[in-house]
Amino acid sequence: MNKKSIEPLYLLLLIVTFLLMGISLYLIFIVTPTERTMGEVQKIFYFHVPSAWTAFLAFFIVCIASIVFLKTGDAKWDKLAGSSAEIGILFTTLVLITGPLWAKPVWHVYWTWDARLTTSFILWLIYIAYLMLRSYTADSERGARFAAVFGIIGFIDVPIVYMSIRWWRTLHPSPVMAGNEGSGLAPEMVRTLMVSLVTFTFLFCILLMFRYKVAMLKSTVDYIKSKMDS
Amino acid sequence: MIRIEHITKSFGYFRALKDVHCEINEGEFVSLLGANGAGKTTLIRILATLAKPSEGDVWIGDVSLKKHPMKIRSRIGVVSHFTYLYNDLSALENLRFFARMYLIADARPRIEALLTDVGLAPRQHDLVRTFSRGMQQRLALARALLHRPNILLLDEPFTGLDINAAGLLKELLQRLVREEVTVLLTSHDIDFALDYSQRILLLKNGELTIDIPSASADKNDILRILGDK
Amino acid sequence: MAAFRQIFAILRKDLLLELRSKEVLTTMLVFALVVVVLFNFVFDPGAEEVKVTAPGILWVAIVFAGNLGLSRTFAREQENGVIQGLLLCPIDRSYLFVAKVLGNIIFIFLLEVVILPVMIVLFDVHIGGAWPMLLLVLLLGIIGFASVGTVFSAISANTKSREVMLPILLFPVTIPVILSSIKSTAYLFAGRELSEVWSWLRVLVGFDVVFFVVCFILYEYVIEE
Repeated sequence: MNKKSIEPLYLLLLIVTFLLMGISLYLIFIVTPTERTMGEVQKIFYFHVPSAWTAFLAFFIVCIASIVFLKTGDAKWDKLAGSSAEIGILFTTLVLITGPLWAKPVWHVYWTWDARLTTSFILWLIYIAYLMLRSYTADSERGARFAAVFGIIGFIDVPIVYMSIRWWRTLHPSPVMAGNEGSGLAPEMVRTLMVSLVTFTFLFCILLMFRYKVAMLKSTVDYIKSKMDS
Repeated sequence: MIRIEHITKSFGYFRALKDVHCEINEGEFVSLLGANGAGKTTLIRILATLAKPSEGDVWIGDVSLKKHPMKIRSRIGVVSHFTYLYNDLSALENLRFFARMYLIADARPRIEALLTDVGLAPRQHDLVRTFSRGMQQRLALARALLHRPNILLLDEPFTGLDINAAGLLKELLQRLVREEVTVLLTSHDIDFALDYSQRILLLKNGELTIDIPSASADKNDILRILGDK
Repeated sequence: MAAFRQIFAILRKDLLLELRSKEVLTTMLVFALVVVVLFNFVFDPGAEEVKVTAPGILWVAIVFAGNLGLSRTFAREQENGVIQGLLLCPIDRSYLFVAKVLGNIIFIFLLEVVILPVMIVLFDVHIGGAWPMLLLVLLLGIIGFASVGTVFSAISANTKSREVMLPILLFPVTIPVILSSIKSTAYLFAGRELSEVWSWLRVLVGFDVVFFVVCFILYEYVIEE
């Protein structure tokens, strides 16, 4: 019944995301000047930082959806949290892959146990544990409550990843998101980064909507199957 | 006395209870029948404040179960096929511990009387671990009655009991009914339900399909409804 | 007031059960010693670096053993479904949480009190006058850990993989408290100024408070059927 009202929205989002992707790529590789000391490899920056941002956003949604689920008991919030966590892990994985690729030529090592790298890795582990927990509990109200509680407590660690840069000594450049003078980023680079951030956010929204829809369809199918069995 | 108001327990598409609605009078002995997975245990759990209904509420007297679960807890006793007893505490220690949890002042005479009632006084200092299933279940009954609940919920209390223990349990139940304690019991044993209880409730796929006095209930009818899909 | 009496009753019951079986404490202690011995192979014994890593070894032993203790204490509440018996009692779920956390803190703290002298002897650590401070760190270090652990042990006990799930859930989430405990202890072992220790202790206390409060609120959702 709500099929008609949803489809145009998907289509619109898809078109916008495609356009944004094109613009981002054009800005990143054609328009924005190449960084002086690091060279071409610095282009990874425009994928690395937005991936990290998207991962934070995804885990934030896990936390909020978990809280709403505990308050309302409505299964759809549980599905939303689970969907968002999966996409969050995808983007955290991208962060963990693009990071070393960028680090190797610049820092001469793939990995260093500095605060931000370590905490990103921990974050990844936390949400892997979250998905494991989801798969090890039966698809029941209680299992959903477990996941929600873990999703909320696990999120306490997310701000630490962001703050870690200030608390611990680290090799990492200071956060560009804050737009400090000290970040030393050329205005064109900041602009490109912003466009890339918007693009990734749209990409996230699309992935989340599709994943959520699949999750809801799956529970419908499971329900129909159980009806046919009995 | 107990007013179950349009209770639904659901998660996603799955609905364990659908709009269950009924009233149980004070001092009534009611049997709750139904096949496995019909929602009997879920209903008992909700009444015991162990689970929350998705929709609806239960009123005990004028107390809402959703709003004041704590008040309800001190008025109900629960016996299930789990005994809720610590294996490594003695019978007496178990009862003392639960007496403290129920904030019973001067519990000693009450505990002694109950241990005598369930025939465990001579073995009160032995660890629960050493008790037979029947003895454990008798002690579980004593634990459930410790705080003088005026509502007793029993979920399959006869599971795994020998004839002696079952007999004792039946005897105690009859005495409780005389003392105006409201009893709600789930069972597979239709004959027992028809003989002992005053009313029969039957759950089928989460819906309350039968609610009649035992006197007018027909065993074959019940069996037929239980049996067919 | 009523809640205090109930919390006290649960603590008393838990201690009595432990006194009778000695199961949790012995398991934790032996396991902690095994961890310490294993670390002896990781770092060259006698080398100067062992002194530097001693705080890390101490805390890894504590949290590994603590993880075992946490799943054991919850398993105890599962026999005969007795946890439901507790939920039937007129006690607020949050106070039930307080009682269970206090019990777990006591058990892990007892372990620490035994394992610390062993560490001091084995790794030739000099503490000097920092004793009271060290005990404080040992206590603060397990409040956040035990809070999260009490909630997660209830979760893991109800999953298909049971105890295996607990460390996977517990360790990554509690890394902030474990890290600040290690750092505080390392500063004390190294004889640093108290003001320096305080910089880490502050972080530790912060996480203890946050974890305790969040778990206090969320406990009812994991414990109810």
